[in-house]
Amino acid sequence: MSAHAEAITDSHNPTPRQNEESADSLLQIRDLKKRFSLSGDFLDQLRFKGGKLVRHQEHVHAINGVNLDIKRGEALCVVGESGCGKSTVARTVMGLLTPTEGEIRYDGSRIDNLSSRQLLPYRKRMQMIFQNPYASLNPRMTIQQTLEEPLRLHHPDWKRPQILDKVEEVMRSVGIDPDWGKRFGHEFSGGQRQRIAIARALAVDPEFIVADEPISALDVSIQAQVLNLLMEAQQERNLTYLFITHDLAVVEHFGTRVAVMYLGTVCEIATTATLFDKPRHPYTQALLSAIPRLKDDRPQHIRLTGEVPTPVNLPSGCVFHGRCPHANARCKQEIPVLQTQDDGTRVACHAVEEGRL
Amino acid sequence: MSMTPNSTASAPPSRWARLRDSYMWHSFKRDYTAQLCLAVFICMVIAAFASPLLAPTNPYDLSQIDIMSSELPPFWIDGADDRFALGTDAQGRDLWSIVLYGTRVSLLIGFGAVILQALLGVTFGLMAGYLGGRVDTLLMRLADIQLSFSTLMVAIVVGALVKATMGSAFYSQYAVMMLILIIGLAEWPQYARTVRASVLAEKNKEYVDAARVMGLRSKRIMFRHVLPNTMSPIFVISTVQIANAIISEAALSFLGLGMPETHPSLGSLIKSGFDYIQSGSWWITLIPGAVLVVLVLSINLLGDWLRDVMNPRLYKG
Amino acid sequence: MALLEVNNLDVRFALRQGDVHALRDISFSLERGERLGIVGESGAGKSVAAFSLLNLIAKPGFIAGGTVTFDGQVLNRMSERGLRKVRGNRVSMIFQDPMMTLNPVLSIGEQMVECLKAHRRISSKEARAIALDKLQQVQIPSPETRLDQYPHELSGGMRQRIIIAIALLLDPDIIIADEPTTALDVTIQAEIMALLLDLCEQHNVGLILITHDLGVVSQVTQRMLVMYAGRVIEQGPTREIINDPQHPYTQGLINALPQMATPGEKLNQIRGSMPSLSNLPSGCAFHPRCDFINRADGQPRPACTQQVPEFVESGNCRVACHMVAELLEDRRLKEVTS
Repeated sequence: MSAHAEAITDSHNPTPRQNEESADSLLQIRDLKKRFSLSGDFLDQLRFKGGKLVRHQEHVHAINGVNLDIKRGEALCVVGESGCGKSTVARTVMGLLTPTEGEIRYDGSRIDNLSSRQLLPYRKRMQMIFQNPYASLNPRMTIQQTLEEPLRLHHPDWKRPQILDKVEEVMRSVGIDPDWGKRFGHEFSGGQRQRIAIARALAVDPEFIVADEPISALDVSIQAQVLNLLMEAQQERNLTYLFITHDLAVVEHFGTRVAVMYLGTVCEIATTATLFDKPRHPYTQALLSAIPRLKDDRPQHIRLTGEVPTPVNLPSGCVFHGRCPHANARCKQEIPVLQTQDDGTRVACHAVEEGRL
Repeated sequence: MSMTPNSTASAPPSRWARLRDSYMWHSFKRDYTAQLCLAVFICMVIAAFASPLLAPTNPYDLSQIDIMSSELPPFWIDGADDRFALGTDAQGRDLWSIVLYGTRVSLLIGFGAVILQALLGVTFGLMAGYLGGRVDTLLMRLADIQLSFSTLMVAIVVGALVKATMGSAFYSQYAVMMLILIIGLAEWPQYARTVRASVLAEKNKEYVDAARVMGLRSKRIMFRHVLPNTMSPIFVISTVQIANAIISEAALSFLGLGMPETHPSLGSLIKSGFDYIQSGSWWITLIPGAVLVVLVLSINLLGDWLRDVMNPRLYKG
Repeated sequence: MALLEVNNLDVRFALRQGDVHALRDISFSLERGERLGIVGESGAGKSVAAFSLLNLIAKPGFIAGGTVTFDGQVLNRMSERGLRKVRGNRVSMIFQDPMMTLNPVLSIGEQMVECLKAHRRISSKEARAIALDKLQQVQIPSPETRLDQYPHELSGGMRQRIIIAIALLLDPDIIIADEPTTALDVTIQAEIMALLLDLCEQHNVGLILITHDLGVVSQVTQRMLVMYAGRVIEQGPTREIINDPQHPYTQGLINALPQMATPGEKLNQIRGSMPSLSNLPSGCAFHPRCDFINRADGQPRPACTQQVPEFVESGNCRVACHMVAELLEDRRLKEVTS
């Protein structure tokens, strides 16, 4: 556990570069940590050990010290496999979860410690799109009701015709016929539901949108429609995106910059072009090579060995060392820190730092 | 497989069309037991609440009772009186009229108690499930404690307390209210537990997150978003609970803790006739007994049907 | 004669609105050791196709016509008893969710031994030895301890390896894999697919791979079927279809992939969505979404909107589209001019 303590002290001294970046960034995430307790309430935590009553707690370490800056107008993609903490980052940013440690700043002011009433003005500026369009619409509300609700909440002074106009406008902008307003969510297909969910997010004219795997529950032909819609919305409304996904092929198309996460830590951040052109971190390399491409006949992917460790008992040192083909003794003990390369890419890897890779 | 209705047709279906196309209506059309039970139940409810119009005599009006015509048998037995189709009880009241009035009292208490249970149980269950943490622990322990007292014990304690402090005349006057209160208080944990369980399942769905991200207050999310989606189990247990409440009331009245002889419910009618079974006047007990059985059975069978319809696992396939 | 032959298979679901045609007129064949991909979006009927091969579709679904012939036997006219001898023994299935096959209360070893003993007369000891051998083949670390573990103690990737080991237990002739890697992470998915491919090649096992992922199909299979709204609309050698798709839907599906577009540009989307099977458009089911339906005068072609297209032989492929010839001609012209 001493190695973790080291990492904490390291990340408490932000490098000068981070401060430079903060100037034009809309959202800043600093040393974010999130643990979930697995042990239930106090009474469940008591255990007998060697004749003594001990309080025993187990935690899932979902995020361990994440630093991210999202610049105005960009689409920052966070990529990683299940359990890497990417959705937890999204949900913490939106205030659906409270961080265990760390800060989140929006447009310069802290938002992670605000009450829900203090957060209300920010709710209008930042919105979220969810993964599962089959669960993200209330099955007992019509589309019209779903879309009116945020408007009534955030514009209490608006008259009914004004609200109706806005709903109609936002429905048109996502390609849903306003005549369908009286229908319920279950009467639509997955792609149409996701459009409605996007309309709900856009209704309050936000400037920042967190999209948590917005297309992974959809069919291929529908994925393209929804991605196009998100890109159109970005151009028309000058939106900033935090885009969470497990699909690197989508990132290549959509992202301005990419952050690759593994087991609660960011292992590489780079502009999309750089990352796909020259992946540095061994995990990024493996992830890129695993995308099933149409044109090559045989999978030429880097075969990783071993299993993803559980976030309950984090491995010492680099979280990736158990599956990494380049791991050495140092990787097993010391946690690597993100370091800036000459082209601006930031990589957390000892092998890259030592020039072994 | 996606079998969703085609959403490209422009006009949205009306409420009536939605009902007609629903699985519920489809299943109801094919389930003759459910149709029969609903018909029986509706007839009984109408008859009970129209009892002042249907009943030839008013059994609450002492001037209409003649002690001389007591214990007359129903019409299919020799010695029956034309005036009393189902015979009379030990006090000479027309059994047909008193059963109608008694059913009304029983139904009133059943519905009243269930409304009270639902109000308490749904509110507490919603709060426990949605807010979680300490609120959850507190409310659920309270429910456990409540459940460990049987309805009977609550009735005895409350009844004794009220009779001791206010006098038994007061108790008989407000007996309906008292019984609603007792049965309502004793059984709310059933609702609270069911609602809490379905709230726990619903609250992790993304539409609740979406409502939170929108900035809605907890109260609005609980009542506008979560509650409507937990209605199916509430409907299902409501049928069972109405039947249970009617039975509880009958049991309490049978034990003398419920409705007084002057304003009898089905339970107190069964009790009052019970002493005369040995002397051959079995109808005084058996007729209200049969009415009670038919009433409870039809409600329970309706509840079974409703549970089958509303349990999505059975028809998703 | 091929090992597996499917002729004019027709599957319906008896619903209260009436019969819904889930599969229409499906025909294909599989040679020994051949790998076939069935591709389609949700609602295309690809899973129904997989289940109906072994007559496994549950009520209200039923096979309304056509034949599935395996090694000379017509499977959909066989008794349940006869089918059991084929299922799991000569044809085995891999599902998307490993827990559909694994029993949570039995250890991995018990399940494998039970499966072996159900089909073969061998002792428990021999069965265990075979099970161990299969676990080694799927490259599970420390296979002996795995035999005594329960499914919930294993990760998703590991479970899917176990499922593959179970599928291989009785040395089947064909494995039907229904979205075997959809629930898994990309890196694990790549490992599992590579493993499945290696094993099929080593043991000369036929594979029917059902998936929505064109990338996976293009890497693993030799031939493929593309399904849309319960029909096969294009079939042929995988490489040819991927490199030169002829049906407008297949073209759209491939072009919609992010890897086919320039980063930052709009993706090539197909408009609209898959129709529901209970309410299919007239004529070609794809016509409301098709880009090529209009004639030069802007009117839709009557053939597309009224007539269900028949299969047209086009090179090595068969395509169900009225306009294959025209489209091909158009592209040739374009190639010549460019």
